[in-house]
Amino acid sequence: MKIEAKNLNVSFGESHILKNINMKIPKNSVTALIGPSGCGKSTFIRSINRMNDLIPSFQHDGEILLDGVDVYDSKIDVVNLRKQVGMVFQKPNPFPKSIFENVAYGLRIHGEVDEEYIEKTVEESLKSAAIWDEVKDKLNNSAMGLSGGQQQRLCIARTIAVSPRVILMDEPCSALDPISTLKIEDLIHRLKDEYTIVMVTHNMQQATRVSEFTSFFLNGEIIESNRTDQLFVNPKEKKTEEYITGRFG
Amino acid sequence: MNFRRLWSPQTSQKIMNVIFTLSGLFTLLILAIILGYILIRGLPAINFEFIFTNPIDSGKSGGILPMIISSLYVTAIAALIATPLGVGAAIYMTEFAENQKLIKFIRFGAETLASIPSIIFGLFGLAFFVVFLNLGWSILSGGLVLALMAFPTIFQVSEVTLSSIPSTYKEGSYGLGATKLQTIFSVVLPAAIPGIITGVILAITRAISEAAAVMYAVGSALSIPISLFDPGRPLPLHLYVLATEGVSLENAYGTAAVLVIIVLILTVGTNYIVERYQMKIMGI
Repeated sequence: MKIEAKNLNVSFGESHILKNINMKIPKNSVTALIGPSGCGKSTFIRSINRMNDLIPSFQHDGEILLDGVDVYDSKIDVVNLRKQVGMVFQKPNPFPKSIFENVAYGLRIHGEVDEEYIEKTVEESLKSAAIWDEVKDKLNNSAMGLSGGQQQRLCIARTIAVSPRVILMDEPCSALDPISTLKIEDLIHRLKDEYTIVMVTHNMQQATRVSEFTSFFLNGEIIESNRTDQLFVNPKEKKTEEYITGRFG
Repeated sequence: MNFRRLWSPQTSQKIMNVIFTLSGLFTLLILAIILGYILIRGLPAINFEFIFTNPIDSGKSGGILPMIISSLYVTAIAALIATPLGVGAAIYMTEFAENQKLIKFIRFGAETLASIPSIIFGLFGLAFFVVFLNLGWSILSGGLVLALMAFPTIFQVSEVTLSSIPSTYKEGSYGLGATKLQTIFSVVLPAAIPGIITGVILAITRAISEAAAVMYAVGSALSIPISLFDPGRPLPLHLYVLATEGVSLENAYGTAAVLVIIVLILTVGTNYIVERYQMKIMGI
């Protein structure tokens, strides 16, 4: 599923967070959003699955098209949208339920009652998220007992279970140790064949390791978008160069 | 300035350590004295007959079975009514209410309700439930009064518990496409259950120990209440009558001991279950 933002403006009350964002995200690719804290990266991905709707002062203008359909169109059902556009959060946030029920949750809320199908999907999702071998013998244990890295892979499994077409990741590794980070990056590599992945990251090495496209955000604007290999080797904008060489941010 | 200490700081520290430790132990001491006194005076009166038979001669002899049943009956009614109301109101406050002034006002209302003396609740119960709604002196009237008393505690504890549930749980749920209702019932409430149950137990152990609140509402019958509209006589009321009317001090202590034991079983039993549940969901 390809994503396109057209003249997107977002504000919370008086503060104008995103200014005239125009961006195209090709399907089945990994796109990294980089930039200093508070530049609007998270706000941008939270606009794609309309998580910002939960904040009362949220206002927007412009369009975000998923395969050509505006997600803010009045005919769009948010429940359905979020089923198609999954999200993995910065801090692993499994529910205080069993490992199995964490993954089954999405299926159950969307009305799935066939236990056999649920069991099969839970297993497949845990396998896709590369955590099955670690948890297969303790599916009924609480997910809260897993390590941070395992919890984050479980959250990815939970997202995959409802068969989204886009996965948004908001700094998925920032709370994890280096080994867990590598595991998640490996996973992202493998998932991109099936999903369109948009990932916010503070870590530029991570952007170069996992993404094919990178957009550089600064103060609510996109300064530069390009193929990752080109953006980091040969940035066109001076600000991009300053940021990726570590002169600010 | 020539200032001579009476003690060195190390000595003051030691003295204060002892004082603080004693203050802590004092809590236990009070509990031990009260429980010990009641149990020592009351346990000799308790036997199979005392628990499982009806009173004879207004309680001079015989047992207290109708009182135990009355107590459990009115308390169960109070819990059944006050829990959904209290938890519902807390859900409204934490998940739906947006007007901060209204939220503060409701909170203030609950605090005030919690501070009303129980005898006032009793008087209100007589005027409103017994007379105005014409429910008569009955288990139902008594249960309703106790529900009113239990409501603010359940509400307050539930509100604190619900607002302490991390918002990341909710985000995770919304992110999967869950509705607000699904999120509340499938994620927020299960995580809040230990705290809510603690609040319910706190409220109903107060309710089961109430004499003043129920004395004008529940009647004073000595027989086993069957229907909601039968009058009853909960343990604290029986205790009050036995003691103030000089019926039998021995049986008054027996009744007190039974009441204390019931409260202990409720508290310890639910604490155990809540802890087990907590450990299960948090994977400890």
